[in-house]
Amino acid sequence: MLRMARSLPEEVLEHVFSFIHSDKDRNAISMVCKSWYEIERWCRRRIFVGNCYAVNPSMVIRRFPEVRSVELKGKPHFADFNLVPDGWGGYVYPWIAAMANAYPWLEEISLKRMVVTDETLELIAKSFKNFKVLVLSSCEGFSTDGLAAIAANCRNLRQLDLRESEVDDPSGHWLSHFPDSFTSLVSLNISCLGSEVNFSALEHLVGRCPNLRTLRLNRAVPLDRLANILRRAPQLVELGAGTYSAELRPDVFSSIAGAFSGCKELKSLSGFWDVVPGYLPAIYPICSSLTSLNLSYATIQSPDLVKLVSQCQSLQRLWVLDYIEDIGLEALAAFCKDLQELRVFPSEPFALEPNVSLTEQGLVSVSEGCLKLHSVLYFCRQMTNDALVTIARNCPKMTRFRLCIIEPRTPDYITLQPLDDGFGAIVEHCKDLRRLSLSGLLTDRVFEYIGTHAKKLEMLSVAFAGDSDLGLHHVLYGCENLRKLEIRDCPFGDKALLANAAKLETMRSLWMSSCSVSFGACKLLGQKMPRLNIEVIDERGPPDSRPESCPVEKLYIYRTLAGPRFDMPGFVWTMDEDSALRFS
Amino acid sequence: MEGVVTYENDLNLKATELRLGLPGTERNQEQAVSCARNNKRPLPETGDQNGGAKAKSDAPNTPPAPKAHTVGWPPIRSYRKNSLQQPKQTAAESSVMYVKVSMDGAPYLRKIDLKVYQGYPELLKALENMFKFTIGEYSEREGYKGSEYAPTYEDKDGDWMLVGDVPWEMFMSSCKRLRIMKGSEARGLGCGV
Repeated sequence: MLRMARSLPEEVLEHVFSFIHSDKDRNAISMVCKSWYEIERWCRRRIFVGNCYAVNPSMVIRRFPEVRSVELKGKPHFADFNLVPDGWGGYVYPWIAAMANAYPWLEEISLKRMVVTDETLELIAKSFKNFKVLVLSSCEGFSTDGLAAIAANCRNLRQLDLRESEVDDPSGHWLSHFPDSFTSLVSLNISCLGSEVNFSALEHLVGRCPNLRTLRLNRAVPLDRLANILRRAPQLVELGAGTYSAELRPDVFSSIAGAFSGCKELKSLSGFWDVVPGYLPAIYPICSSLTSLNLSYATIQSPDLVKLVSQCQSLQRLWVLDYIEDIGLEALAAFCKDLQELRVFPSEPFALEPNVSLTEQGLVSVSEGCLKLHSVLYFCRQMTNDALVTIARNCPKMTRFRLCIIEPRTPDYITLQPLDDGFGAIVEHCKDLRRLSLSGLLTDRVFEYIGTHAKKLEMLSVAFAGDSDLGLHHVLYGCENLRKLEIRDCPFGDKALLANAAKLETMRSLWMSSCSVSFGACKLLGQKMPRLNIEVIDERGPPDSRPESCPVEKLYIYRTLAGPRFDMPGFVWTMDEDSALRFS
Repeated sequence: MEGVVTYENDLNLKATELRLGLPGTERNQEQAVSCARNNKRPLPETGDQNGGAKAKSDAPNTPPAPKAHTVGWPPIRSYRKNSLQQPKQTAAESSVMYVKVSMDGAPYLRKIDLKVYQGYPELLKALENMFKFTIGEYSEREGYKGSEYAPTYEDKDGDWMLVGDVPWEMFMSSCKRLRIMKGSEARGLGCGV
């Protein structure tokens, strides 16, 4: 074997490696022998860092000197629901500064839940001459000034995607900073921007970029502008409309309908704020070729939704508000046999009484009719074990199952039992399940089922569930592939955590908030596990101002090669080897 | 790892490496009691307003059943929550427009629906009734004469303005909250500011 490795020239090996894209496989290659490690590290072009604090930029640059594409993630997932206080961290500037020196030919940067500043964007704009792709997913901290810098300087930009980011003080003029000579845009997603963009600049940009495939507009783009934009880009494959509302007028209608009919390649629609139902028929002609439909902002009631989805026979992904109701989901099950992913969001999440007739039955119908269904996010107000068992049996190929019963600790509404058996059936039948979110009334038993059966589970989200540390122990002990665990408001304390401390090094991260983990246990973990950062997040003040047995507010544990970080705000403490000394 | 870990009521994991306390001692972990010194509840996320209604579960330290508006629940992104609300442009079409009203010296605030009133006279009369006081005569030059109170409002720019200076429609679209000022502060506003 060794002789073979030496006899193949480097260039040949490099060529062979160029066909290997997954990180897992490349990591395996680099462990074969030293020379393969060397060859591989010089030809790795894409890196993914799932936790920006797990490693520091100089380590990455030292090992991989010729990277073209970087993907980084910052804050933990529960930051999406305001559980991570502002200022916790996730600053990307140090990474960009390091890469500006080391990777002058960097082409792609994708960031998720990171703090990006205008200074960062300006640095990107002037450091990377061949910069092509910028994806900012759920990021914050920058304004349209930073975007203007990108527009003005990145001559080869192909993709600018601001999905779900928070952009400060938006003004529409940044779009005009794309020079007239700029024509390379393939994908533009500005759906998260709050204010108007300059419409004529937008139309001119769209018109001069012949390769534009994806255009996601923001709410401020009115319906009467949409037709003009579509006519300039009939090659669009993915469209996010803006506000889909205007006074019903036949001339406006036929203009829109005509523009849509001209887009023969459209496969994906999104946006559609404030829908006036009378304008929906304008999209009927293209429905049959749609594979993805995101109506999760659209206030369309179920009769119109039924008319719409019944025409979308090719639909693979549907995101929708619960206005669709059980009746709409039955129609979906009947007509959309290719459906793979369904997300149903609540229209009135804080109402105490249901405002729509959406129950467990809707999801059962879809599981019966759509045999390819493998990814579900479902918000509802009632559930039964029987329904979950039925869904589990109908969808053995389920990979992502996230159920949110809106009122915490809601039992099976017919039997008044916990939903342990229902979720137990899910993990037992769905052997490929990678992601699971629990809700409803749940005891330690559900965690026993999960630990026993969910062997491929990678991410688990738990809220208001369980009785004791036994629950947490089942999961940490049994789920061999667990990478991310996030828990809130559960009676889990020190025992299971300390007993499974070694497990934590095999995971990316663990989040626990409003649980019962004591400060003393955190200190102990910090002392014993040097390759973990144990972050205590507590806005009540220093944890040593309270007894050691007092539970911490929030706890974020993640493995790292970089040691404790230096950018922590005043309400975050890292427990390390010295913490026992410092805090006593 | 050993498959012989047995547990019935409790984890029996004495063989494991980490636990608190010195070897040979058993530690009973009572957590809630020792946090009593702290003013805040040990589990502040639960937003319990009903004086400690206990959860159905028997486990100790279980937070009471949370009511609506527990932080981060249901798990929906803020941009989604925001977009479910009407955008600012159509506020004029909305049928209600509640604003908070505070009065200097009053123990709590009130809320009124501005859409109910046709103009300033009606609004001022309603405020007088609600807080049991009298507002003086309005004049453009001198503000409210003849009383120690002055009705003011916070506009979209965050500035405090005297009620009555701008046309009613403009007031409706820019008023964020009302405050009935009293005493010298009120007089300051009336005098040609």
